[in-house]
Amino acid sequence: MASELSVGSQVRALMRREFRVAMRQRSDLMNPILFLLVVVTLFPLGVGPEPATLARIAPGVIWVSALLSALLGLERLFRDDFSDGALEQMLLMPMAVEWAVLAKIIMHWLLTAVPLLILAPLLALLLNLPKEAWGTLWLSLLLGTPVLSSVGAIGVALTVSLNKGGALLSLLLLPLLIPLLIFATAAVETAATGLSPAGPLALMAAITVLALVLSPYAVHAALRVSVN
Amino acid sequence: MWRWLHPYAKPEATYRLNKKLLPWFAIPGVVILTIGMIWGLAFAPPDYQQGESYRIIFVHVPSAFWAMGFYMGMAIAALSAVVWQIRTAEWAILAIAPVGAVLTLISLFTGAVWGKPMWGTWWEWDARLTAQLILFFLYLGVMALYAAFEDERTGAKAAGILALIGVINIPIIHYSVYWWNTLHQQSTITQAITRFEKPSMAPEMLWPLLVSILGFLLVSSALVILRLNNEILKREVRRPWAQTLLLKENR
Amino acid sequence: MYFDSFSAFIHMGGYGVYVWSSMFVTFFGLGALALEASWARRKITQEARAQQARAERIQRAKSASTQQQSGQPS
Repeated sequence: MASELSVGSQVRALMRREFRVAMRQRSDLMNPILFLLVVVTLFPLGVGPEPATLARIAPGVIWVSALLSALLGLERLFRDDFSDGALEQMLLMPMAVEWAVLAKIIMHWLLTAVPLLILAPLLALLLNLPKEAWGTLWLSLLLGTPVLSSVGAIGVALTVSLNKGGALLSLLLLPLLIPLLIFATAAVETAATGLSPAGPLALMAAITVLALVLSPYAVHAALRVSVN
Repeated sequence: MWRWLHPYAKPEATYRLNKKLLPWFAIPGVVILTIGMIWGLAFAPPDYQQGESYRIIFVHVPSAFWAMGFYMGMAIAALSAVVWQIRTAEWAILAIAPVGAVLTLISLFTGAVWGKPMWGTWWEWDARLTAQLILFFLYLGVMALYAAFEDERTGAKAAGILALIGVINIPIIHYSVYWWNTLHQQSTITQAITRFEKPSMAPEMLWPLLVSILGFLLVSSALVILRLNNEILKREVRRPWAQTLLLKENR
Repeated sequence: MYFDSFSAFIHMGGYGVYVWSSMFVTFFGLGALALEASWARRKITQEARAQQARAERIQRAKSASTQQQSGQPS
């Protein structure tokens, strides 16, 4: 029987560990962000530099690029722990595995989303997003990235024992993330036209809560299948 | 109920039950589907707006309806596979997924072919079609995940978990796609000619449609039963019961 | 019968290509599933036969060797 306090301290200890491990390979954290920046740069080159066109497609471009770059960095969640056996130890720990999974998800979110949130104004600037929508873009990224980390964790947990999981991971995850993309771009677009984006943002918040609550259980089940 | 249901966790018992059930699905299925098709194609009156082209409805709506229905069935099989570790339920996932994917593909193709004369384009980003496309991706994901594993038992379990996650997501996807479609108000034709949303369909059209829906259910179920039996035999081919059974048959 | 003639039935008021291609794809898809199932079934039966033949071969070889050991030429 673990008390509330000890679960909290265990989670914090696990998050510290995750942080230290991640800091050893900083390039793994930087590469997805650089990828995002490059992809966003490609769009004006592809569709032309007219400011109006760019402003029109900006929410979709930023969000699709964020999804793709998130997919690139996801494997780090479980891949190394799987290959060096730490994952097996995690499943044997005398605590609910769901808490450990949640600790990993939260740390992954902190390490991937914070740089994205810092970079977001630059992306908005590059794509000529109207000033009124900047705050909403930032808020939509803040609300949406936990879903990327938690739903992504399920996909990685399912594919971690495969050594060719990359393309498969995208096939599994992207259909599941479509609602997020729809609500996020809708929020930014309504804000750009000067209307209140509260509706889609509230729906995004609901999806985020649902994903954070349910995904640790799904990840646990998936890990038990992958690690046997 | 458990005492009655539990023997069917054994592959042999399921195989024998399937064998008994198969003619009850296959024969009425083919008959009813044929009746539905002939009734719909030749005897139902034409639509006052769409003329004869609406007759695609008799394959489009049943396939779209059961594409979703079979996903639900697959999710139920996945739930029993994940919770009670029943191997036949794992095989049922693998038996249902390709049938469901083909149904989804049929509904997408017929939807596109219907859209060409009615909307003027092969592909309209209409909410139903889009949701159906995403359903197709979900089916593909389940099949691809199973195929990626070398150990088929692990693959089936992973596919089951994915099917369950998909089924939680389906209402969210549907809702969001509809919402997205009304937000991006592109074509008014889409709303003018929504397919099934007319408050009341003429009974001369509705009856053949219902008959076709029933026919599709029976025929697709028969296909699932065939595939499930194949999955069972494939794994059990070394067991004595399967050996004697296979050697006795079609000698 | 709603249509006056068979050619009108095939023509489908100008929508024949659309209606009949839908029908074709539908029944092609369902038929392909059925064919694939029966083909897989045949393969499993062949495998079972091959296994039985192999078991018989082993059995025969075994009994032949025991006969040789006991020194009785057949």
